[in-house]
Amino acid sequence: MAEFFAMGGYAFYVWASYGAALLLILMEIIWVRRRLRTILLRLGRMKRMTEVYTEVKVEHETKT
Amino acid sequence: MVFGMAFAGINWFKYASPASFYPLAGRMVPWFAALAVVLALAGLYIGLFVAPTDYKQGEAYRIMFIHVPAAWMSMFIYIVMAIYAALGLIFNTRLSAMMASALAPTGALFTFLALWTGALWGKPMWGAWWVWDARLTTELILLFLYIGFMSLEAAIDDPRRASRASALVAIVGVVNVPIIYFSVQWWNTLHQGASISFSSAPSMAATMLTAMLVMSLSLWMYTIAVVLMRVRCIILERERHSDWVAELMMEAR
Repeated sequence: MAEFFAMGGYAFYVWASYGAALLLILMEIIWVRRRLRTILLRLGRMKRMTEVYTEVKVEHETKT
Repeated sequence: MVFGMAFAGINWFKYASPASFYPLAGRMVPWFAALAVVLALAGLYIGLFVAPTDYKQGEAYRIMFIHVPAAWMSMFIYIVMAIYAALGLIFNTRLSAMMASALAPTGALFTFLALWTGALWGKPMWGAWWVWDARLTTELILLFLYIGFMSLEAAIDDPRRASRASALVAIVGVVNVPIIYFSVQWWNTLHQGASISFSSAPSMAATMLTAMLVMSLSLWMYTIAVVLMRVRCIILERERHSDWVAELMMEAR
């Protein structure tokens, strides 16, 4: 097992390559998921604002 | 014009509408992501445990299984991005421009990864992290093209104008891709020749070749999955005031 991780003396070069690949891919996935969450939250806020606006409008119209 | 109408006639553009592509993309993501994981596990197993030690480079050559697929994807994604950008310019389809925009960050990621793993491979083999060799320099230019495409698009507020301007960068820059690919033949470079050529038998053990191809397929599936995820974000961001997005949000309740 130790021999496997030593990579014949090239451990740093090999694992820094595979490590960077894994890290970048995980970071990209996190970024994209965060981006989707952000836009969905924003759309949710937009929806609630329209709902409140319609309620107020309906209330106002029924009073007058 | 007739050409365009004939295509529209057979409903070719059905999924070219962001409204119908959004749910389709959402359904496709898990499948491509699962394929990417399975292929990555298989590729890593073959590359790290089955493939024999290289008689010249020892274990350091195993960097190849991430370096070569990343470099291939960096060039391939650029070509696909340029095609989508061109389609967006010609047919003025919103989804094409969004796809080009969704591909750029992943392309830049693989370009960076190719350069990074190349440096880590170059140091023990050539004795230098970096040399101004034709292959390395043109790959660095590719990274700048991706960055240029993304910054130009981000700098212009109106998405339609932003797409048109950045599409030009993508199309002009596509000239660089064959230069990267053939640089090792055209110039006397330190970088080794192509790992796989169409004219001669591959110069490596079958297991090494298998590991490299399986890893490439894995990165390909990953790219499709993550780009579909990103294009869903872009669709919602750009179409947020449209009726279909409002209806989608009502259904989500």
